[in-house]
Amino acid sequence: MLYFAPWKTALVLLVTLAGLITAAPNLLSKQQLSTLPSWMQLPQINLGLDLRGGSHLLLEVDTSAVLRERLEGIVEGTREELRKDRIGYTNLGIAGGNVVSLRLRDPAQAGRARELLIKQGQPLQGGAFSLGAAATDLQVEISPEGVVRMTLSEQAVRERARSAVAQSMEIVRRRIDQTGVNEPTIQVQGSDRILVQLPGVDDPERIKRLLGTTAKLTFRMVDTNADPNMPAPPGAEILEGDKPRVANAPVERYVVKRKVEVAGDNLVDAQAGYDQRSGQPIVSFRFDTVGGKRFAEITQQSVGLPFAIVLDNKVLSAPVIREPILGGSGQISGNFSVTEANDLAVLLRAGALPAPLKVIEERVVGPDLGADAIRAGIIAIIIGFVLVNIFMIAAYGLFGVFAVIAVTLNLALILGILSTMQATLSLPGIAGILLTIGMAVDANVLINERIREEARLGKSVIASLDAGFSRAFSTILDSNLTTLIAMAILFAVGSGPVRGFAVAISVGIVTSMFTAITVVRLMMVLWLKSTKPKSLAV
Amino acid sequence: MFRLRLVPEKTNIKFMKGRFAGLAVSAFLSIASIVLFFYPGLNYGIDFKGGILMEVRLPQAADFGALRGQIGGLNLGEVALQEFGSSRDVLIRLERQGESDEAQNLAAQKVRSELTSAYPGAEVRRVEVVGGKVSAELFQSGLLAVVLALAGIAIYIWFRFEWMFAFAALVTLLLDITKMVGFFAVTQLPFGLTAVAAVLTIIGYSINDKVVVYDRMRENLRKYKTMPLRELIDLSINETLSRTIFTSMTTFLAMIPLAFMGGEAVEVFAIGMLFGIVVGTSSSIFIAAPLVLLTGEKWLRQKKAAEAAAKAAPQRP
Repeated sequence: MLYFAPWKTALVLLVTLAGLITAAPNLLSKQQLSTLPSWMQLPQINLGLDLRGGSHLLLEVDTSAVLRERLEGIVEGTREELRKDRIGYTNLGIAGGNVVSLRLRDPAQAGRARELLIKQGQPLQGGAFSLGAAATDLQVEISPEGVVRMTLSEQAVRERARSAVAQSMEIVRRRIDQTGVNEPTIQVQGSDRILVQLPGVDDPERIKRLLGTTAKLTFRMVDTNADPNMPAPPGAEILEGDKPRVANAPVERYVVKRKVEVAGDNLVDAQAGYDQRSGQPIVSFRFDTVGGKRFAEITQQSVGLPFAIVLDNKVLSAPVIREPILGGSGQISGNFSVTEANDLAVLLRAGALPAPLKVIEERVVGPDLGADAIRAGIIAIIIGFVLVNIFMIAAYGLFGVFAVIAVTLNLALILGILSTMQATLSLPGIAGILLTIGMAVDANVLINERIREEARLGKSVIASLDAGFSRAFSTILDSNLTTLIAMAILFAVGSGPVRGFAVAISVGIVTSMFTAITVVRLMMVLWLKSTKPKSLAV
Repeated sequence: MFRLRLVPEKTNIKFMKGRFAGLAVSAFLSIASIVLFFYPGLNYGIDFKGGILMEVRLPQAADFGALRGQIGGLNLGEVALQEFGSSRDVLIRLERQGESDEAQNLAAQKVRSELTSAYPGAEVRRVEVVGGKVSAELFQSGLLAVVLALAGIAIYIWFRFEWMFAFAALVTLLLDITKMVGFFAVTQLPFGLTAVAAVLTIIGYSINDKVVVYDRMRENLRKYKTMPLRELIDLSINETLSRTIFTSMTTFLAMIPLAFMGGEAVEVFAIGMLFGIVVGTSSSIFIAAPLVLLTGEKWLRQKKAAEAAAKAAPQRP
């Protein structure tokens, strides 16, 4: 008991010092910290959105839309290929799930049809083990009666969904960066969710609008021969205008060819501005080389014909091509307000989402409420801390003081570790810290009670202390491990704030094993050596 | 020198005399809790039910009649208003707006603009919108967490002690949990993720308390090889009583400030914890220990006697 190896003493002091140093930055404000030399700028605890104010949005990527789009692409491709080769067919369409089916008029053409249709498949990613002909994501079956079933492989469907989520996250990040929000957190959660956290944003309407828009921009020709009030001819569809040209008038309808001439992917820049003649807000854009060339070609071929600028299946405008546009840039003059023009420019610059996003959970905390919560949290910690400490000293005297020092150090270590881990501290985390204060002294209570018991049995001072620590240790270990089990499960199964709570308690339990046992023991040893008491007054 | 003492230095209370009374009271309370769980049922928070919650600070004291009219006029289904903190602070709860998430967002936006136009200077301090899918998932994961925690703890206790200790701990925890649920049903405090966190924390806390008593029982089983189990359990409880009361006091004290100034979510957590600490502490003495006595009376003693006979050398813990 009396012997405390010098290296152990040194280690205890070192850990204590490290705890105090890493906790210290949290006593300063951000501004104060930034005035210090850079080597002294240790990380502070990240405050959760409930403490600093901000918006938490959970988005769901509609991965089924990606699948649908791919299937529609196969239908269109099939239509074109078969028509080119003059192969007759009926009933071409999506047959539910991940299957496109059709019926050949002449089953004898099955061989040629298969060759054409197999081309609709795309090479599988990661198909490193496939030999011979590259494996594709599409399986083509033709029955003797001429019924064709083209099935997308499950793996390809999953892969496509996964990459849609990853791509969506990138686009979300770009769009949010464009709005100038500071330190946003954007991360994938589960298989099809994206979690967006925006500190300081207390009205996320604009961002929700930006994220809720897919922003798929296409340039397509308008079919001037068809009547928009009749069913659309094959290869075309009927689309509505974005909003009525004249207030309160019904929105216009257009027959637009399905074939995409140029798409938004080919844009390199988009800026909001004003039309020089009318003064209306517009969005001007510039194509990349490929897009510019393509745009020049169609405008040369189709002078005098209208083309449609389509955003998410709404026609923004359908101007008539007056002259070939060769410079690779143009402008969209929908019926925009200034904000709409700005938002559209942001969307076009950031690119289109591969699939629509939905906000399925939203939590917003205003900055004032956050500040109130911090204040309440700090007051609660101080009061809880003081109450527990008064209690400990009243019950155990000097040994209570040792426990108080240990709990204080424990608090510093928790803050230090949370800062170094860059963990996020939210209100439940503060509750966790407070609970740890109450539970950490349990170890000291156990030890002190045990020492009392042993002393009552008539043991010497050293023997009672020794027995107190060694007997209490197994109890402390058992009780802390069971709590850790509960917290590990809370962490594994819980979400955001609940996890913060589990982390705070787990860290607190581990550090309390050090402070309440090792540090207190060191203090008792030093006290024994310096005062050499004959009896224990605990 | 002054020393605060919550219990006398040496107690000799015959706790096991009241074993059937303790079990009966506990069983009654737990059954009552289960009844309360079905009727009137829990006041599920929006985490589990989905819906919209808004915390608003108005420029003047809230007139609930007028507010009800204004928000009710938006036709968004059932609206619950609650004063919170000061008379200017109002919590607004709206039920889930159908299955679509867009409808929810739209409704939240409508309430926000209605309030800011009716009360210029009104400050929307907090908005939570939870969709049906998310709330169902949160509920499932909450339930899963409780079940897994129970299983993990029971396995650990089984591993460290005898099986009857694990069995007694598991039954006691189930009784504790049902009472927690009953408490939330009686008080109608919103039962959401924070409530589940409180339940899980109490599971951890309660088992902590049991482990201390079990540990002492194990030690005494080795020390007094012939003492009847009933006396031995009473002795172990008495020996640890001072610590049991003390630790629950410190934890209780640490939670009190949170219960009164922590803000809505933390308040729910802290009040649940305060109740749970009382339940968890009393169940160590009145439920867990009698259960070990009832299940282990013959088995533990016989096994110990056999072990003692087999190994002449006394064991050290």
